[in-house]
Amino acid sequence: MSHISNLIATDIDSYLKSHEEKSLLRFITCGSVDDGKSTLIGRMLYESHMLFDDQLSSLKTDSKKIGTQGEEIDFALLVDGLAAEREQGITIDVAYRFFSTDKRKYIVADTPGHEEYTRNMATGASTADVAIILVDAEQGVLTQTRRHSFIVSMVGVKNVLLAINKLDLVEYSQQVYDDIVSEYREFADSALNLESITPVPISALMGDNVVNKSENTPWFNGQTIMQYLETVEVSNQKALQSFRMPVQWVNRPNSKFRGFSGLIASGEINTGDEVRILPGGNTSHIKSIVTWEGELPKAKVGKSVTITLEDEIDVSRGDIIALSSDPCGEADQFQARILWMNNDAMMPGRQYLLKSSTQSATLTLGKLKHRIDVNTLDHLPAKTLELNEIGVCNISLDKRIAFDSYDDNQTMGGFIIVDRLSNNTVGMGLIDFALRRSENIHWQKMDVSQDSRAEQKSQTPRIIWFTGLSGSGKSSIANILEKKLQSLGKHTITLDGDNIRHGLNRDLGFTEADRVENIRRVGEVAKLMLNSGLICITSFISPFESERAMARSLVSENEFVEVFVDTPLSVCEERDVKGLYAKARSGEIPNFTGISSPFEDPKNPEIRIDTTKISAEEAANQIIEFITKQ
Amino acid sequence: MSHLDALEAEAIHIMREVVAEAENPVMLYSIGKDSSVMLHLARKAFYPGKIPFPIMHIDTMWKFSEMIEFRDKTAKELDLDLIVHINPIGKEMGMNPFTHGSSKHTDMMKTQGLKQALDKYEFDVAFGGARRDEEKSRAKERIFSFRTSKHRWDPKNQRPELWNIFNSRKNKGESIRVFPLSNWTELDIWQYIHLEKIPIVPLYLSKKRPVVERDGVLILVDDDRLPLEEGETPMMKSVRFRTLGCYPLSGAVESEATTLPKIIQEMLLTTTSERQGRTIDHDSNASMEKKKQEGYF
Repeated sequence: MSHISNLIATDIDSYLKSHEEKSLLRFITCGSVDDGKSTLIGRMLYESHMLFDDQLSSLKTDSKKIGTQGEEIDFALLVDGLAAEREQGITIDVAYRFFSTDKRKYIVADTPGHEEYTRNMATGASTADVAIILVDAEQGVLTQTRRHSFIVSMVGVKNVLLAINKLDLVEYSQQVYDDIVSEYREFADSALNLESITPVPISALMGDNVVNKSENTPWFNGQTIMQYLETVEVSNQKALQSFRMPVQWVNRPNSKFRGFSGLIASGEINTGDEVRILPGGNTSHIKSIVTWEGELPKAKVGKSVTITLEDEIDVSRGDIIALSSDPCGEADQFQARILWMNNDAMMPGRQYLLKSSTQSATLTLGKLKHRIDVNTLDHLPAKTLELNEIGVCNISLDKRIAFDSYDDNQTMGGFIIVDRLSNNTVGMGLIDFALRRSENIHWQKMDVSQDSRAEQKSQTPRIIWFTGLSGSGKSSIANILEKKLQSLGKHTITLDGDNIRHGLNRDLGFTEADRVENIRRVGEVAKLMLNSGLICITSFISPFESERAMARSLVSENEFVEVFVDTPLSVCEERDVKGLYAKARSGEIPNFTGISSPFEDPKNPEIRIDTTKISAEEAANQIIEFITKQ
Repeated sequence: MSHLDALEAEAIHIMREVVAEAENPVMLYSIGKDSSVMLHLARKAFYPGKIPFPIMHIDTMWKFSEMIEFRDKTAKELDLDLIVHINPIGKEMGMNPFTHGSSKHTDMMKTQGLKQALDKYEFDVAFGGARRDEEKSRAKERIFSFRTSKHRWDPKNQRPELWNIFNSRKNKGESIRVFPLSNWTELDIWQYIHLEKIPIVPLYLSKKRPVVERDGVLILVDDDRLPLEEGETPMMKSVRFRTLGCYPLSGAVESEATTLPKIIQEMLLTTTSERQGRTIDHDSNASMEKKKQEGYF
């Protein structure tokens, strides 16, 4: 094993030479809680002599103090590094461990088994070449075993080692082992997309079949875990795929040099090759492949390089350089698989940000086609995805991006979903294919424009967007405002929350998802009104910052005037014009804004109105003054 | 492709992502071997251009004199934009590890000094040379590690980090620490230094040096600020250092390793881990996690 090679003591130069040529294998250990993942890794580190004396002695002290193995060493304590993990005896976040053998260097992602930390498990799986899935021999295949296997397969891991652990507790029974293996295979055949499953009977605690073959399982003729890791062939698909390099950064140290820096995601490239820049489709030839060590005639997947082109064409961060003869696609609408990773549920209709390789775009999630129940693998109808749920939906972007399907090329088909307000990574997405429908619908160019329609009415069109709690006074102010505008000879229209819900939006309820869709539609309608040259007044609670931001983003700057009717909840509740607060308090109305559903205060509204200080009349005048000055 | 090639390409990719997306990045430079590797990788990442961000050293005033010499020489040779920050409050107080104790000294000069400097220059992303194999809580940390406006790390609430797509979005005042060497091991670092002939501080190599022994730890008498106890006289011993920090807090090991292969050989045959020479980790098992939450690198 690694640190006990005789060469170290006798011929360090030869040892270094051999270490230099080792390849890298990344693997993940997963499975349900208490299946012994951390114990297995601790055992592998121990057996491959990766533990130092001081680490071992502190491990022994800890094992006695907080271990779960009595007087024995609790290997799990080696990898559970966070204080909270050691206290609770569980793994919360993925930990990375390193060891090497004579042939390879390994990076192990040790991932949490608890369902609530599935997103951390997906983090570990996304970079793995191989997965070790542990099953407790006493427990058999559990929900979490299936969930993890499904995610591992979904993110493209092709080779799985199935470790049936704790075999010492079932007297090393071949029957128990065989039963679990066939149960797992049955599941895998129907649900997963794997190339190989290699089962091994082990006891991580006792060390059976981890490094050395165990005498306790004479009926087993396969490889031990370590033998498997040393020899498993990781399909070299990426090298065989078409050339793709996402441009990270344009290197322009002086006026003479303009290079495009990036990590080659797949395939290989030679100087002189014709390449296409996507999206867009400009072509050129590779002039040089620049590295610190000197120029290269060719470069392959996995290398970070800087490329220069023969022609002065427009290339910037987010573009993909692909081989001209075999380019990727480009589109702005896709079907994708989504794994949701946030405590707040996914909201179809809401805008998020997408990041794929180095490309970014605004993303709108469409209606869910279905959710996948990873226990039964059934496709279930669903309106939203909760934390750790997987679903399939259509997505649309505000611009075209270059892509391949995830199953063809992970870099080109994988993306993350970022919340625009919290900036958190809230989901992982895998592109299945592009939807062709948007390609055939071209934007119709009209000769009569918004400007000419507005000119005819001698006015500047605006969207005046009221937001505030129920009973804050939005509709009263809107009503007076419209009357005043009309008397000034302006052409107006008011969209009112209650009225719209009787018609256009009568299919929508009051769940968070429906509220998002409600506002999306109102935003689009308001935009049409604006296009027709009108001053459009909208009066909706519109409680979420992201939907208001979306409505704003549909039109040009200055055209959108956000009016925050800032009436304290206690005042609204006291007024309770429609008697709704009383009902909400008694539980008759669920999801009532301010009571059982949040209202996010606007951070920078154009106008803020305090109705405890000024009248509705004065408020309307204030708004008119604002838009006249604008 | 060998594992070192893969690690190099990954680190370069990470650095370029930061430069493309950050507003005002900085590279923290501790003058140690990991910093030397980071610097070398940064030169490669932006070649033929210059390194497009400043390099910052948080000086505690108690670094080995050879480290400071090496720092200034490197900055000059590589034409670096070097910032040196010393916590002015600590300097005023005459902060030192003897009268104030090692943990107070480290907190004031290193942790507080770092936070001060990041605020002062309004850096939004800071590269650090930490590796996941160093310590248990580091093994859990993301490559892009998010900090609140108070520089705090919340280990229980880290952003998922999928594939090699890094989410660098943050609100004003928040910052990100980025660790391009996350997946490197100590052996990888040494081997890379060896293969790429990267210059390092000579203290890593064995030489006869004046030391005193205290509580079983060999301390270098680097200058006359080290108060000698009664009857204590410096002895000349062949020693070297496995990690470099403040000289009164870094224990030397007796060694005859005068070349890189010999250092690596000793490292592979040794039976204690790298950080053992550092007094800071001994306080309690979760001490590093706690320090990191408070803003230590």
